[in-house]
Amino acid sequence: MLEIKDLHASVEGKGILRGINLEVKAGEVHAIMGPNGSGKSTLASVIAGKEEYEVDKGQILLDGEDIEELAAEERAHKGVFLSFQYPVEIPGVSVTNFMKTAINETRKAKGLEDMPAKDMLKMIREKSELLEIDRKFLSRSLNEGFSGGEKKRNEIFQMAMLEPKLAILDETDSGLDIDALRIVANGVNKLKNKDNAVIVITHYQRLLDHIVPDFVHVLYNGRIVKSGTKELAHELEEKGYDWIKEEVGA
Amino acid sequence: MELKDKLVSSYMAFENTVDNDTAVHEVRNEAIKIFEDKGFPSKKDEAWKYTSLNSVLKHDYSVFPKQENAIDYKDVKKYFIHDIDSYNLVFVDGKFSSNLSQTTHDGIDVCLMSSALTKPKYQLIIENYFNKVAAKDGISSLNTAFSKEGAYIHIPKNKLVEKPIQIIHFSTGNESALLLQPRNLIVVDENSHVQIIERHQSLTDNPVLTNSVTEIFASKRAIVDYYKIQNDKENASLIDTTCIDQKRESHVSMHTFTFGGKLTRNNLNFYQNGERMDSTLNGVTIIGDKQHVDHNTLVHHIEPNCESHQDYKGIFSDKSTGVFNGKVVVNKEAQKTNAFQSNNNILLSDKATINSKPQLEIFADDVKCSHGCTIGQLDESAMFYMKSRGIPEKEAKALLMFAFSNNVLNSVKIPEIKQRITKIIANKLGVNIGFDL
Repeated sequence: MLEIKDLHASVEGKGILRGINLEVKAGEVHAIMGPNGSGKSTLASVIAGKEEYEVDKGQILLDGEDIEELAAEERAHKGVFLSFQYPVEIPGVSVTNFMKTAINETRKAKGLEDMPAKDMLKMIREKSELLEIDRKFLSRSLNEGFSGGEKKRNEIFQMAMLEPKLAILDETDSGLDIDALRIVANGVNKLKNKDNAVIVITHYQRLLDHIVPDFVHVLYNGRIVKSGTKELAHELEEKGYDWIKEEVGA
Repeated sequence: MELKDKLVSSYMAFENTVDNDTAVHEVRNEAIKIFEDKGFPSKKDEAWKYTSLNSVLKHDYSVFPKQENAIDYKDVKKYFIHDIDSYNLVFVDGKFSSNLSQTTHDGIDVCLMSSALTKPKYQLIIENYFNKVAAKDGISSLNTAFSKEGAYIHIPKNKLVEKPIQIIHFSTGNESALLLQPRNLIVVDENSHVQIIERHQSLTDNPVLTNSVTEIFASKRAIVDYYKIQNDKENASLIDTTCIDQKRESHVSMHTFTFGGKLTRNNLNFYQNGERMDSTLNGVTIIGDKQHVDHNTLVHHIEPNCESHQDYKGIFSDKSTGVFNGKVVVNKEAQKTNAFQSNNNILLSDKATINSKPQLEIFADDVKCSHGCTIGQLDESAMFYMKSRGIPEKEAKALLMFAFSNNVLNSVKIPEIKQRITKIIANKLGVNIGFDL
């Protein structure tokens, strides 16, 4: 589904990704771990199409199509979803209206009519229940005054509404207490199926106890320096990243 | 001949068309003298520092349209808030249009200034109110001198007027350039409530300059909600002066929505003559190209325990320019005044300009007055967030602009007006999305 080949990317002339290779197939869960500043969030932003990031070399293929030239919204229309590490507060735009606009614009891009209001309401109800989101929440301004946990739950709610092909969860576990973590992970697991894929970006093992990865990759200094299965995540949790740095340095 | 000279010399001809045997005659004579003396404002006047009328005054305007021009309701229906039941006062090229209007004398007077200025039954009201609160600067005096037609609204005491009143001034473009000077008088007696919608609309691209003056008198405990929808064509300019005299415990709110027109200058003056009242001044301005909009507000707190709330939002793209000049005066006697003013602006292009100038003159010592002004761009991180959810650039911008205007839109009390404004904004931004604010 997603194929990243020798990807180099920079921001303001500063190289951050230095040759990433990654293949994610439908039905798989990949975890990307690594110390601070290794390029994890940059990778997520580059896949989602953030304009400040310049792709200097390499390719990002989604179902074989190079998406590098596509705008963020076009990538979203093709099924790419990024759960933000720091979801943006947008005063004056309600969660419901935001979702309605996002879904109908995506449908428009696919040549479909707007979703009937009745279906939209039903879907909102179902998906908000999945994430244990209070209905009152949905009429509030997007992320404004939300707690850290509420913001992350709202991200996964959006994922549930948009049903992406490829979901990238950027540090979705940060700022979550154990109950919120369970709700979020449970939501992701219920959305998971054989036709979609998830990339989980995280520092810690604990989210991976709930969302179990098929593959774990370690990103360091803009490269994937080690890949393995879920056992690698346990090893990192126990030993930290220093041994990886040494291995790479050696 | 310069426009000023032309107007001064037209005054004699004008006098022959109106009844000179009234008190108004004196008022007009005085006013033309003031105009002769002061003329049109120039950038040398502090209050006009950022707005030049030069490009607007260069046309050879007709002052008296030669012919009566009838228009069909079906052609102009879209300029009405037509999905509500309302009284309508409609003027075409300055003349009252009886077929487009719905007036009343049933307990309230919703009718014509031309009648009110001449018929004995209105004489007392005219003597008591006409030109009593209007500004006495050159341009308002010009309007006073030529005042003849417009809306006359008198709501006697204890009346809740259930239907809003729409005042619409059309110009047909049958003259190559037309100067219109509507004059409105609105007197709301004790304990009464009225809602008014005002619009100036040209129907072709010929230049029109409207110099409009409206006087509003709100008596004790009166409630007046006033909405101005300014979405005129690109060669239409508007100088709109509204002066409001408020008595104790009254509530007056003015919403000004400005999207169209070449040059728009809004002078909005509130005089609080009494205690425990409030005045609300809200505005949303969204303009582009080379449009120019200037909001000049004054709230004069004269007595204690009163409030005023100003909230003006502006979004400027292309080479458009905006001005906000908001003056709040608190007299020494006006203790316990709460006066709030906020002016927020978004510049969407490097070539757009906003000049924002709050002015507070406070002579009392126990007051709460605040003012805030912001000038910024659309939040880039919010833009990326929306785009990453599949909302394209244009629609994402529009959503953010709506969100920015949200507070003001939500304070509109007539849902159909809010819907209309929303639609005008969506058209202006070229998007077709719902905005459930």
